[in-house]
Amino acid sequence: MKTALVPTGKLVKGIPLALDGAKIVAYAMKQMNPDVVPVYPITPQTEIVSAFSEYVANGEVDSEMINVESEHAAMSACIGASAAGARAQTATTSAGMAFMWEVLYVASGSRLPIVMHFVNRALSAPLNIHCDHSDSMGARDSGWIQLFGENVQEAYDNALQAIRIAEHPDVLLPIMHTQDGFVISHGIERAEVLPDEAVREFIGTYKPQYSLLDPKQPVTYGPVNLQDYYFEHKRQQVDGMEKALGVIPQVAEEYERLSGRHYGLLDPYRMDDAEFVIVIMGSAAGTARGVVAELRGKGIKAGLLKIRCYRPFPAKAVADALRGKKAVAVMDRAISFGAQGNPVFLDVSTVLNTYRLDTRAVDFVYGLGGRDVMPRHIHQAFQEILQVAETGETTPVVRYLGLRE
Amino acid sequence: MALKGWRDIPIGSVIPGGGTSVEYNTGGWRSHRPKLDREKCNDCLLCWMMCPDSSIHTENAKLTSFDWDHCKGCGICAEVCPITAIDMVEEALVEE
Repeated sequence: MKTALVPTGKLVKGIPLALDGAKIVAYAMKQMNPDVVPVYPITPQTEIVSAFSEYVANGEVDSEMINVESEHAAMSACIGASAAGARAQTATTSAGMAFMWEVLYVASGSRLPIVMHFVNRALSAPLNIHCDHSDSMGARDSGWIQLFGENVQEAYDNALQAIRIAEHPDVLLPIMHTQDGFVISHGIERAEVLPDEAVREFIGTYKPQYSLLDPKQPVTYGPVNLQDYYFEHKRQQVDGMEKALGVIPQVAEEYERLSGRHYGLLDPYRMDDAEFVIVIMGSAAGTARGVVAELRGKGIKAGLLKIRCYRPFPAKAVADALRGKKAVAVMDRAISFGAQGNPVFLDVSTVLNTYRLDTRAVDFVYGLGGRDVMPRHIHQAFQEILQVAETGETTPVVRYLGLRE
Repeated sequence: MALKGWRDIPIGSVIPGGGTSVEYNTGGWRSHRPKLDREKCNDCLLCWMMCPDSSIHTENAKLTSFDWDHCKGCGICAEVCPITAIDMVEEALVEE
């Protein structure tokens, strides 16, 4: 297909491809041509690594791909490369990110704009390779920006926007963008990619403020901070997160001018006059959107609020979206054991409380370990919140969809 | 040195510029300090080579003094001295 190259700032003609989420992310990586890619394969992310390694073997990228011995080493190598001033990217899932644990905090604490292409998968035990959000939820306090994608197109678009968000001078934080394991990573869909030239112009070049490899301007990365300065550096990270809330829509706007596709912190569907709302992240949003349309056909004022940006949590935008609604079903694809509800529910509940909204909310746990999410499950959630709105009774606050009793 | 607020320090805990360890006085960590027996010392300067904080001062290849701002009192100089010309003494008992 002919691809007319137009300078950035104008709509460019996309190239339609049939790819799965893993392959399209590898394609985006090829177009971004990162300097260093340390990576370790793990199901269902392996397809990203194998596709990208083909680009390396074919000489289609200049990237230094490091076949590390573990994910801990992969993230450590990203940190070293990023501190040196290189663009570093990696990909992982589930136990792989769990193994990166301590170094995730080194990346964010050192303010290194590393990009991680992430696939959502359950954590063991019991051993399971299928989708839920337990892995990414575990990293929600690690100081990484987290974007959740719904489909193959979003996996591609988020990958390109991620690098711009992370490297923005007001942000300078590592970022992970996620896609649901197998459902998206191995599900082939039609998606449009941008021409290479447009991607190159969009991502520009990275000019690090400090490089470990610049002998003319020597710097120290990773010094000890004791009681005197540790606290101040953590406060700076909060500032970076807060500024990301402004930068993410800016980058999205620029990307929309190029691609024609709109992105925000949230993705609302039929929310304007909705009374009953489902809050959801990831691939199941597609199923839920269909159910909302069906319910609208029956005269029920249903709406959907998809959270694209989970960290930083866009509290004010969520409050504005939920103001005046009668009841909310918050969908959680992870469990925070021992808590009074699960991660997304706790965030949404805090918003309802902080902004004094008179909206009832209940938590629905669904799809753990890749359990199918069917329209009937979403219908059930809506039926239950219709009842919550009628009676005002939210007990039990945490409910389970698609679970055998 | 007055401590700075979070808006006034480089992000990511980066320390710009080189040789900044000189500005950090580690001498305050010391519980024991080296004491030189000038009569015994033959200026082999093994201590000068081994000191991890470059705290052995010399002049014309002769040991002259210790850098009390940076000597942590680790005792390596006393340990490596082949003729036990350096003794570690308790800091609290040192008369200024």
